[in-house]
Amino acid sequence: MSRNPLPEGAQDIDPATVRFDDVSMRYGRAPETLRDLSFSLEPGSFHFVTGASGAGKSSLLKLIYLAAKPSKGLVHLFGQDVSAVPLRDQPFLRRRIGVVFQEFRLLEHMSAFDNVALPLRIEGRKPDSYRQDVAELLAWVGLRHRMHAMPATLAGGEKQRLAIARAVVNRPDILLADEPTGNVDHEMALRILRLFVELNRLGTTILIATHDQDLVARSGMPVLHLDGGQLTRLGSEP
Amino acid sequence: MSDMLDLDRWKPAPFLPDADARDGSLVFVVATLCFLACLTALAVLASDRAARGWTQQLTGEATVIVRPKANETPDSAAARAAETLAGVPGVAEARALEKEKAEALIAPWLGEETDLSDLPIPRLVAVVLSPENPADTKTMNLALRSQGLDASVDDHSVWMKDIERGASLARWIGMAVFALIATAAGAVVAFATRAGLAARHEVVEVLHLSGAEDAFIARLFQARFARMAAIAGLFGAAGAAIMGALLRLLGGGSGLTPVLPIAWTDLLAVTPAPLAAGLVAAVAARLTAQSIIRGLQ
Repeated sequence: MSRNPLPEGAQDIDPATVRFDDVSMRYGRAPETLRDLSFSLEPGSFHFVTGASGAGKSSLLKLIYLAAKPSKGLVHLFGQDVSAVPLRDQPFLRRRIGVVFQEFRLLEHMSAFDNVALPLRIEGRKPDSYRQDVAELLAWVGLRHRMHAMPATLAGGEKQRLAIARAVVNRPDILLADEPTGNVDHEMALRILRLFVELNRLGTTILIATHDQDLVARSGMPVLHLDGGQLTRLGSEP
Repeated sequence: MSDMLDLDRWKPAPFLPDADARDGSLVFVVATLCFLACLTALAVLASDRAARGWTQQLTGEATVIVRPKANETPDSAAARAAETLAGVPGVAEARALEKEKAEALIAPWLGEETDLSDLPIPRLVAVVLSPENPADTKTMNLALRSQGLDASVDDHSVWMKDIERGASLARWIGMAVFALIATAAGAVVAFATRAGLAARHEVVEVLHLSGAEDAFIARLFQARFARMAAIAGLFGAAGAAIMGALLRLLGGGSGLTPVLPIAWTDLLAVTPAPLAAGLVAAVAARLTAQSIIRGLQ
C-alpha cells in the first residue's frame, strides 16, 4: 500500500536525510520564527536541537514532519524538495518520519497496544502481521505489563515511552522528538536517551529538540543550537 | 483488571472514539429538525390536495340564473331551463332550485327585514358538468336561447381565477415554508456535524501526522456522522409519520379537517428524510475534515 514519492535516483543525488537550504519560517504575519537555516542531517546521524524557549526548536521539527511550510528557502527530505511533493503523496513521506510530541498526542480512546499499532493500521497492514512486533516493541520500552492500559491511566514516563514506541513502530528513517524528557525525572530521562541511542544504532536518524543541557552533555552527540530563530552552532557541544 | 494483553484475542480498536454526550445532542437536534421538515411536507401535500379539491369542485359546476318572461311563471321557466340543460352534451345533471333556496341565497345580501316575496327573485338552476367532457358556457347559453329562455350561465369563471390564485398561493407558501425548514434542517445538520468533528480535532491531527491519507480520514468521519444523522433522520421521520397518521385517523375520511386532508400515501413523503439527513451530514463531515486537514498542512 505504501508508495515511495521519491523520483528514481533521488537518493543518489542527495544522500542527506534532511537538508535545509536558507530556510526561514513565520506564522502568519508574525516576525520570522526561523531565519536563514542551512544544515543537513546524514542518514544514521544523531543530533540535538538546543535553544531557549521560543528559539524555534519545535518550529524546526514541524518543518521536517510537514506540519508547517517554510516562508523562504527549501527543505529537502530523503533527497526530495518537499515543496515539490504533491499533497496526495505527503502522507507517504510522513510515514517515513517518526515523531514524539512534547504533549505525547496519544489517542485517549485507544489502549497502549492500539496506540502503538496505529501507524501500522494506517499503512493498511493486517493485525496478524504486526501483533507480535507491537508486543515486543512495548516490552522493549518497558511497557509489557501496561499493554492494555488506557493512556489516561499511565504515568508521565510511561506515556513518553508509549509515544516513542508509536513513533518507531513502522521503522521510520528519521525520528524526531520534541522535549522527550521534559516531563520525566532524571533517571527516566536517561532511560529514554538509551532508547534513542539503541534506535540510532539500528540505523534510524535521530533529531531531538531539548533544553536539557545535562542530557546533551551526557550523550556527546552533535548539537544544532538555535538562538532567536538562527542557527548559531552546528557541531559537538563543548 | 490486568493490563496484560491476550494477543490472540486482541482486536483493533475503532479509529474514532465511541459516541458520547455530544453525539446525543446532535442526534436530538437533527431528529427535531427532520421531524419539523417532514411535518411541513405533509402539510404542503395536504394543502395542495385541498386546493385542488376546491378548484375541481368549482370547475365541475355551473349556476344558471333564469328570468321568467311575462307569460311564464318563475317555476315553469326554471323547470324548462333545467330540462333544456339536461339534454346538452357535457351536462351530467341540471336541477332547478326551489324558490326558498334562491331566497335563502340572496337573503344575506338584503337583510332579514326585507320582504323577499315583493321582489322579482330570479330562479336558479344548479348544473353538474360531466367530468370527462364538460359543456362550456357558450353551448349552454345557446341551448337556453334556442328554447326562448331569458337566462345567463355562470360557470364561476369570475371568481374561479381568485380561487385558483388563492390555492396556488397556498401551495407556494407551503412549499416555501418547507424549503425554508428543510434548508434550516440541512444547515443545522451541517453545523452540528462540524461542531462534533471539531471536538475531535486531536484525532484528525494524530491520524494525519501518523501518515493517514486525507481521504481516509475524511471517510472515517463521513461514515460516522452520516450514520448518526441518518438514525436521527429516521427518528424525526417516524415521529412525523406517526403524527400524520394520528391526524388522519382522528379526522375520519378527510383527515383532521377538510381544509387539510391527509391521505395515507402522503406518509410516504417522509421516507427520504433519513437519507437526506445522512447525505447532508456526510458532505458536511467530509468538508469539515478536509478543512481541518488543510489547516494542518
